[in-house]
Amino acid sequence: MTGTLTTTQMIFGRLTWDAFPWHEPVVVATFIGVVLGSAALVAALTYFKLWGYLWKEWFTSVDHKKIGIMYMVLGLIMFLRGFADAIMMRLQQAWAFNGSEGYLNAHHYDQIFTAHGVIMIFFVAMPFITGLMNYIVPLQIGARDVSFPFLNNFSFWMTTGGAILVMISLFVGEFAQTGWLAYPPLSGIAYSPATGVDYYIWALQVAGVGTTLSGINLIATIVKMRAPGMSLMKMPVFTWTSLCANVLIVASFPILTATLVLLSLDRYLGTAFFTNDFGGNPMMYVNLIWIWGHPEVYILILPLFGVFSEVTSTFSGKRLFGYTSMVYATCTIMVLSYLVWLHHFFTMGSGASVNSFFGITTMIISIPTGAKLFNWLFTMYRGKIRFELPMMWTVAFMLTFTVGGMTGVLLAVPPADFVLHNSLFLIAHFHNVIIGGVLFGLFAAINYWWPKAFGYKLNQFWGKVSFWCWNIGFWLAFGPLYVLGLMGVTRRMRVFDDPSLHIWFIIAGIGAAIIAAGIGAMLVQFAVSIWKRDELKVEGDPWDGRTLEWATSSPPPEYNFAFTPVVYDTDTWADMKKNGYQRPLSGYQAIHMPSSTGAGVILAALATLCGFALIWYIWWLAGLSFVGLVAVAIGHTFNYKRDFYIPADVVTRTEEERTRTLAALGA
Amino acid sequence: MSSATATMEPRAYHLPEEPHLHEGHSTNLGFWMYLMSDCLIFAILFATYAVLGGSYAGGPGPKDLFDLPLIALNTAMLLFSSITYGFAMLAMEKNRVSATQGWLFVTLLFGGAFLFIELYEFSHLIHEGAGPQRSAFLSSFFTLVGTHGLHVTFGSIWLITLMVQVAKKGLIPANRRRLMCLSMFWHFLDVIWIGVFTFVYLMGVLR
Repeated sequence: MTGTLTTTQMIFGRLTWDAFPWHEPVVVATFIGVVLGSAALVAALTYFKLWGYLWKEWFTSVDHKKIGIMYMVLGLIMFLRGFADAIMMRLQQAWAFNGSEGYLNAHHYDQIFTAHGVIMIFFVAMPFITGLMNYIVPLQIGARDVSFPFLNNFSFWMTTGGAILVMISLFVGEFAQTGWLAYPPLSGIAYSPATGVDYYIWALQVAGVGTTLSGINLIATIVKMRAPGMSLMKMPVFTWTSLCANVLIVASFPILTATLVLLSLDRYLGTAFFTNDFGGNPMMYVNLIWIWGHPEVYILILPLFGVFSEVTSTFSGKRLFGYTSMVYATCTIMVLSYLVWLHHFFTMGSGASVNSFFGITTMIISIPTGAKLFNWLFTMYRGKIRFELPMMWTVAFMLTFTVGGMTGVLLAVPPADFVLHNSLFLIAHFHNVIIGGVLFGLFAAINYWWPKAFGYKLNQFWGKVSFWCWNIGFWLAFGPLYVLGLMGVTRRMRVFDDPSLHIWFIIAGIGAAIIAAGIGAMLVQFAVSIWKRDELKVEGDPWDGRTLEWATSSPPPEYNFAFTPVVYDTDTWADMKKNGYQRPLSGYQAIHMPSSTGAGVILAALATLCGFALIWYIWWLAGLSFVGLVAVAIGHTFNYKRDFYIPADVVTRTEEERTRTLAALGA
Repeated sequence: MSSATATMEPRAYHLPEEPHLHEGHSTNLGFWMYLMSDCLIFAILFATYAVLGGSYAGGPGPKDLFDLPLIALNTAMLLFSSITYGFAMLAMEKNRVSATQGWLFVTLLFGGAFLFIELYEFSHLIHEGAGPQRSAFLSSFFTLVGTHGLHVTFGSIWLITLMVQVAKKGLIPANRRRLMCLSMFWHFLDVIWIGVFTFVYLMGVLR
């Protein structure tokens, strides 16, 4: 900060040619691949004149369904990136034995494990669940859109902005080498002077704004916009678990925001919150970040618990067993998730009493979770189970997640944690619950609701190939990590001395390769299904569903329901079918809808630019983009016309089209 | 069960008329949730101050630094601005545009005075060598009080924006809703300040 700045430094901050990783062949090859890929994509979009269509129909759309799909696409793209990191780590660890250094240097390897964690949580799991909730919740409660449609679009683009910053760090500068939670003092300016932690901070801050706003939005939607007759205890379970997850989002993401602000003040202004000197306290960061971090894992899993409930009940052809207990279990988990954060650092010297308290609260969480599992099993009991893909993923979840849950209870015992903390046993545990719970749940959800979103089912053969690859690959990849963890191997190691460990890492690597085949099969499944969509075509209700989203067409029209539904029972659609509901064929009226706007894209782009400028100390650009951000936000509030009516004859035409389709399919 | 169902009246599963959800039906709830999430940010800053507030690192403490009469004046400015905002809302209820605008302007002046005094206090502290880098106590002090000040700054920008919008469009429902949101925001900052005044300044001098 001292001395005079050259003009170049004034313009580019600390961004120089050296910031580009020319000397890392792995990165350069990736970069060339990405450039060629993007060039091809841009060329194709231009050639087929799709830019206008994308901008008008998707990027600026405030339709919750389109935003939901865009979230899912973002999650999928980032999933491929996060998995690439995973497979690189597996390869490195299987390679670096017998004196070999492997193929990744420490500088690069440390960035990879950090990026893997950050991407998988913030830019894969979060977009996936947010997309799912966005798409399904308004349909399940009979609403036309969310409470704040513009905010919804803005939230999506902020999440994307954060993801873009992480991706930029791959080629411009570097990413954090601190582990996914960036503990100080390592993440402080003294030990991490380069741009890595700054990328981490601003990517999370930009995306975090989006996440908090979308949490507020979905709570307001669920509280305010339910169809007439749908009391809280008549809401579908997925909507309930979404509500709880969003309450957790609103009640925890501000903590992350504040904590990262403190860390950035330490790094940018030289304050002393988490430093070793001047009275700072690094342990406070660890506490604060986990007060957000533990609720976060329940934010991820709760919506999927809802998915499993819907899937189990639909494919068992029965009402869900213990609906009320399911709701209470969800709410109990929501509250308890705030009382367990300290189990992430039992070993940091809080003392026996504090550790006992947090150990016990942690173990208590397994009670409502267990209640849920029994409810699913009792729903299946004497049901007429159809083993379609969503149900297969649900059963796989029950088996996998239970093992993960049990190792979790084991880790919740403080004395055991003293032995196992920071080991590969922990890594195996949380992958066991996140893959077995969150990812398997997402795969169940994608297979279940794909026909709803696109009007055709997914190909079963490739879905089954993917299913078995994932299940076998998962146990091969993470079973050895349990064993290694019990043998005392710690996480985040790059090279190993003990040759007796080698075989386990090779098995884990083979497991990761099988998972890669599973991912490949899933991509093939999507491609084949899109290719053969006419053969797989279905109408509104392909699974004999039970909740309101199956009452409308697939894909649903822009306005979701031609008439606002009235609800009498928990499983509304099942109730409607039982009572001989007839779809109305006339009397359509104009429908009030929110208008599209480009403001969200522009605001998020400016926020991302501001983040980039702050990372590189390009102060003029940071100031300029921030002023631009405020100006555009104010300018947007001068636009008072934010809605329009879909004319009655358009509704009539859409619905008559559906009548013809239904007749053609013989339904 | 099935016989009961069979004899039941046919249920109407949809509303024949499109129900009219009035514009901004969720704004109040949504804005409350935003305020509570903001409150959590302040909760973290308060907690941080509680942990680090005694870490002077050999530097000056609250007794050496805080000028209570100045802070009392500052507090009065903010509290007055809350009262005058209340008057603006009362005028709005009576549909009196110019009175609303007048009270909003008075609110802005009080808010500006508060910010001016706060900036004076900060520059004075930094000038004395008690800047945010000096100790963890001062880091957490500047961050907590500064975050509040930043909120007042953005509240003032928002207030000016709304004054322009009221001048352009009058007290239409959309503008009333916006004034209501800013009102909640402004009073919320008042509540936070009472916490700051009590826990940071008054108890700091007692310490």
